Amino acid sequence: MKYMILIHSNQQSLDLWETLTDQQREDFGRGHLKLTEEMAQSGVLVVSEGLADPSLARWVSARDGHTIASDGPFAEVKEHLAGFYLIEVDSQEAAIAWAAKVPDAQLREVEVRPVLDMSGWEF
Amino acid sequence: MVRRYGDFATSEDAVQEALLAAAQQWQVDGIPAQPKNWLITVAARRRIELLRSEAARRRREEAVFRASTEPAPVSEVDDSLTLLLLCCHPAVSPPAQVALTLRAVGGLTTAEIARALLIPEKTVGQRISRAKQRIRDAGARFAVPPPDELAERLSVVRKVLDLIFNEGYTASAGPHLHRVELSAEAIRLTRQLHRQLPDDGEVTGLLALMLLTDARRPARVTADGALVPLAEQERSLWDRAAIEEGVALITGSLRTAPIGPYQLQAAIAAVHDEAARTEDTDWPQILQLYGMLEVFAPGPMVTLNRIVALAEVDGPAVALARLADAERALAGHHRVAAVRGHLLEMAGDRAAARDEYLRAARLTLSVPEQRYLKSRAGRLA
Repeated sequence: MKYMILIHSNQQSLDLWETLTDQQREDFGRGHLKLTEEMAQSGVLVVSEGLADPSLARWVSARDGHTIASDGPFAEVKEHLAGFYLIEVDSQEAAIAWAAKVPDAQLREVEVRPVLDMSGWEF
Repeated sequence: MVRRYGDFATSEDAVQEALLAAAQQWQVDGIPAQPKNWLITVAARRRIELLRSEAARRRREEAVFRASTEPAPVSEVDDSLTLLLLCCHPAVSPPAQVALTLRAVGGLTTAEIARALLIPEKTVGQRISRAKQRIRDAGARFAVPPPDELAERLSVVRKVLDLIFNEGYTASAGPHLHRVELSAEAIRLTRQLHRQLPDDGEVTGLLALMLLTDARRPARVTADGALVPLAEQERSLWDRAAIEEGVALITGSLRTAPIGPYQLQAAIAAVHDEAARTEDTDWPQILQLYGMLEVFAPGPMVTLNRIVALAEVDGPAVALARLADAERALAGHHRVAAVRGHLLEMAGDRAAARDEYLRAARLTLSVPEQRYLKSRAGRLA
């Protein structure tokens, strides 16, 4: 089963980041690299990425063959996605165990969501 | 090996297997005087076998493609059984057992496995190399399984083949039709195992179960990818030849072999497949078989299926009461709401049935199942 570990960013997490020392910030970054490597070695990693600042986002809609890209409702957004890990493991427990190793989980919290798949018996 | 023969993948596999052999043989016979030469000799021999089996596999596939008949019998039967047992080593995690079996016994490339399992090729590669490492580590500590361990090891092999089949079968709805290949591969490998162990009732049962389940494939999904429940399938689309073969296999093994969960599941599938129309289904027999299965291999799906069968025999009220009793043991299984919806619909309580179907749709991880449950709810609106 695939699970997405979602790392959300909000005012609290940004405030917390401000309190960290340079060394702590470096350890935090290395923690992500180390975890990615560990997931890859264990054969559970599908993909992981960190996302650029939401000010760089474009909100896209398509109507009648026209594409409209705007800066979007950035100002009102209180929480945004900062990064994710997509893993494939046997159970939710295993996904939670991996999520606990995410540096952000050790500072604040991360979200673990199961991914929908195409499986299904005709029951 | 790579320097001498130039092809990295085959040489690598050959060396890995030589190391595996070494880990086992040296423990029994002691380390040879020239361990490196021994390894190279064994690896070179394995490389030729690998190339031969790759070629044999290609020839078999071409033959199957041309004639759509059974693949020709494989010659190195004992080799492939040993390899299958190694790939399904208990020290290896189930996903890695699946990947390694498909690679080493099935002969699929890492890219093919990745496409079939919907994971990156790199992940497959890592699972395989980790699995080989685990087997090496375990092999260095343990001897080759003695006869009294063989039964337990074979049960893991059956489980892995079952997993491969399900990967292909349950996921073959919607846009992932290429995963059908996994079911075909599982049937091919199980058929091969059955040929080697014709007296193992559970291997026979597993092969029969796969054939009897796969026979319904043409009817289980509509043209637009929606899942069709068993009761609504167009039975004339079912594969009669597969059903006949499955029924013959399970009938034979139930007469001669000790009974087990795969044979019981195959027997249930056979009862369904032998009913010309849904209303002809022999539910009392299915109910009895689920009762036995609950003793051999209890689990939430067995309990739920038994309750569905009970509703057909004794009516929805009895089944709803049984479901309420079983609720705690089912521990919030996501299919509970779907079954309750089905029973409530049978009982004529449309509004409550609709709520249960919608609840079930929220709880499932399967897109086709979600679609199906929402359509059932929609019909009751």
